[in-house]
Amino acid sequence: MSTLLIIAILLLGFIVVFQIAKASEYVSVLKGEKKTFEQNNKINGFLLLAFLILGLIGVYWCNELFKGKILGEAASDHGEKIDTMLYITIAITGVVFIITQILLFWFSYKYQYSEKRKPYYFPHDNKLEIIWTVVPAIALTVLVGFGLFYWFKITGDAPKEANVIEITGKQFGWIYRYPGKDKVFGKKYYKNINEGQLNQLGLLWEDRAAQDDIVTNEAMYMIVGRPVKLVINSRDVVHDVGLVHFRMKMDAVPGTPTTMWFTPKYTTAQMKEKTGNPDFEYEISCDQMCGKGHYSMKGIVKVVEPAEYLLWLAKQKPNYVMSNPPAETAPATPAAPASDSTVTAATEIKKTLSN
Amino acid sequence: MSQEVNLHGQSEVITTHEVHHDEHHGHHHKETFITKYIFSQDHKMIAKQFLVTGIIWAIIGGLFSVLFRLQLGYPNESFPFLETILGKWAAGGKIQPEFYYALITMHGTVLVFFVLTAGLSGTFSNFLIPLQVGARDMASPFMNMLSYWFFFAASVLMVSSLFVQTGPASGGWTSYPPLSALGDASEGSKIGMDLWLISMALFVVNSLLGSLNYISTILNMRTKGMSMTRVPLTIWALFFTAVLGVLSFPVLLSGFILLLFDRHAGTSFYLSDIFLASTQKALPNEGGSAILYQHLFWFLGHPEVYIIILPTMGLVSDVMSANARKPIFGYMAMVASMFAICVLAFLVWAHHMFVTGLNPFLGSVFVLLTLLIAVPSAIKVFNWLTTLWRGNLRFTPGMLFAIGFVSMFISGGLTGIFLGNSTLDIHLHDTYFVIAHFHIVMGVSAFFGMFAGLYHWFPKMFGRYMNNTLAYIHFWITLVGAYLIFWPMHYQGFAGVPRRYLDFSGWASFNQFEGLNRFISIVTIVVFAIQLLFVFNFFYSMFKGRRVTTQNPWQATTLEWTTPINPGHGNWEGEIPEVHRWAYDYGKDGRDFIPQTEPVSKTESPEGAH
Repeated sequence: MSTLLIIAILLLGFIVVFQIAKASEYVSVLKGEKKTFEQNNKINGFLLLAFLILGLIGVYWCNELFKGKILGEAASDHGEKIDTMLYITIAITGVVFIITQILLFWFSYKYQYSEKRKPYYFPHDNKLEIIWTVVPAIALTVLVGFGLFYWFKITGDAPKEANVIEITGKQFGWIYRYPGKDKVFGKKYYKNINEGQLNQLGLLWEDRAAQDDIVTNEAMYMIVGRPVKLVINSRDVVHDVGLVHFRMKMDAVPGTPTTMWFTPKYTTAQMKEKTGNPDFEYEISCDQMCGKGHYSMKGIVKVVEPAEYLLWLAKQKPNYVMSNPPAETAPATPAAPASDSTVTAATEIKKTLSN
Repeated sequence: MSQEVNLHGQSEVITTHEVHHDEHHGHHHKETFITKYIFSQDHKMIAKQFLVTGIIWAIIGGLFSVLFRLQLGYPNESFPFLETILGKWAAGGKIQPEFYYALITMHGTVLVFFVLTAGLSGTFSNFLIPLQVGARDMASPFMNMLSYWFFFAASVLMVSSLFVQTGPASGGWTSYPPLSALGDASEGSKIGMDLWLISMALFVVNSLLGSLNYISTILNMRTKGMSMTRVPLTIWALFFTAVLGVLSFPVLLSGFILLLFDRHAGTSFYLSDIFLASTQKALPNEGGSAILYQHLFWFLGHPEVYIIILPTMGLVSDVMSANARKPIFGYMAMVASMFAICVLAFLVWAHHMFVTGLNPFLGSVFVLLTLLIAVPSAIKVFNWLTTLWRGNLRFTPGMLFAIGFVSMFISGGLTGIFLGNSTLDIHLHDTYFVIAHFHIVMGVSAFFGMFAGLYHWFPKMFGRYMNNTLAYIHFWITLVGAYLIFWPMHYQGFAGVPRRYLDFSGWASFNQFEGLNRFISIVTIVVFAIQLLFVFNFFYSMFKGRRVTTQNPWQATTLEWTTPINPGHGNWEGEIPEVHRWAYDYGKDGRDFIPQTEPVSKTESPEGAH
């Protein structure tokens, strides 16, 4: 019913607007075309100026409204660089934006039609052209310079002491792997993946390095102040590891591992205090379209003190042990986690929604 | 035709023309309904076919955006009427995730390709190239007709994909594999994706047939005296557009063909190391690269945005100059900057791929080349500003849209400087910032340019005017609405809000914009409704609009206004006029305008003097 009502109101509105438009056409015939033209021109000239002024006020107001909702303090060293670069770019483009928009609408207003004005025949001027080729070129050189300086720092090799963690995307969730005591990731082959046997990544058990690897879906733990290098994989389609608080992002491509590294600055607990939100968590978002559950493909990063990290690590069982339980306990243990790793997309979506 | 008559005796000329017209038809071949309106080989009719098909697509594509904005603005509410219309796709009155992704995919595909490529280039290249260079028709009218019918076939296939049981393609308009290659990974990657690929292949054929025709017409069929440095900027813009299309669309087609092979022939161009949770099976494919597709796609994908924006740059230049009563400033600089954009368009594609694991050094090269494009773009903007400076501006609807175009192009162009810088792209990639950027710079800008062109050349197309009051309402609400929709999205982008999410309630990091999302959705609906008002104005004016009574209603210099009010097939009665000067002699030597057809007199000040 309300739908019908809305459609009826819309239709009525259309008819009213159309009748007014039609009537104005008749009026213009009565008033004479020239007079109508001059009147319309004045109105539109005024509106262009009004749009400029209201628009600039609107830009300021919009900024006031949202500045508290964006870009909390960057939680990684790379994030700080990216924020600095962002402010440099906003400053330069902001000045250009304001100047050019003012010129555009001010000229439009000032040089609106007048019977007395003779337009100035001004087809070209090489000096002017050179000025507005060179000035933007210089400004862009500055931006490219800063940008590449930071870019090479961010994408350069990770420090040797960096903790290496593997993160693998799948429809629709994340799998984290730690190399275990030997600090070496074991070999894996995707055809070995067997979720029923809890081998989500297809680790090759005959490789000894794989036997102490820890695989978890719970959360990605990292140590505050210690560089961390992520080795990023995908098990099916292209995903993207988006870490909004750290300002980092990298695609997860099946068959082609990618990497990124950064140093987290604050523990999750510190961020809870900083943001005043007791439920604060670092979230991993999937930033590359990956199917119907894309919008719910969430992961959690826990940044902790070194001691807490060791404590957590000590509690983890290697994937090998979970996948190859001693014979006598075999029927009992796997039931609960097995259902966990084969969750269907639907229940996972519900889970994220209820979080 | 002599200038004297053109300037002082419009009505006389028209009567003689009407007489001529009838005679002309008397001994000409008889046109039936089918040859005149359906399988027409007249470039003007083909242009109108592209235009009307484009308008229908724009309504469909716009409607899709209204549907998904309903979901984004009201994620917790249900709309029972949606279930009535859409059935299982909106079970319980809520848009289902699969359908949401189908909607955004189709919205992108339809608007980028069917509206802003075929609808825009197809309309204005076909309509304006022969009229402005002084040719009777395209180099190959038959190929031109084929071009439209390939577009029509592509359209039919794309529409039909909306009705298959598993739904249309839903992997985003870029259709990255492996998602788009594997039916088991997504419902939309089943038959819907095949239809999408075949439709797009036909679309590429349409584009190539059209573009080759535009290029050969511009190069070979200019009238006497119409050197390349005398053609209006619209012609240059359409020429560069066609060149871009010819060189880049085949690469896209090759990418699509490899994808079809991967889907049906068991090849592994894009596939490697895949285990699907839905079937619990590992695929046999090894050794392919999903990134290869992205290179092939963006090798077209980036030139494609210039295919969209260049024609409107040309249209806007001509509309602005004619209504400022002043020559376009820096004609040669305009041509040179379009040429620079055209060349650079092929050297920047990987800036869409900074975070795919691309080698950082390669990334840095693409940063440099990408930001280089800002230079010719800046030149164009300053030239438009100088064209307005000390002009005598008539705010016709076309002129207003041209001014709006420049405003939008500045706003959207500047945000490109953020995204082209790889450092910032790490944070902003695939967020709402990207949506805001490309919608403003190639969506809204291109539409503004297209509207400028439509309002300006409507009298030439149909011999009638559109209603001005409706046009003004259309302009102001669209301008304000477009900024209200897309400006705040930059802030969502700064906050890192990802694209292609249909519900943010599960995210502590992104759920702070609930009110804003609702606001944007409401404005979207209003702006969409106003576009329908435009469509109404368009079709109503086509049949009932005020009749054009003078041959040159805008007092413009270019050749199309020397044709009869309703030109027949062949455009000019008798000889094609000869051209003696460039297209921008407005306000020269104290004269309001001097048509291109008027010989240069001895007393005139030399070209370029001011």
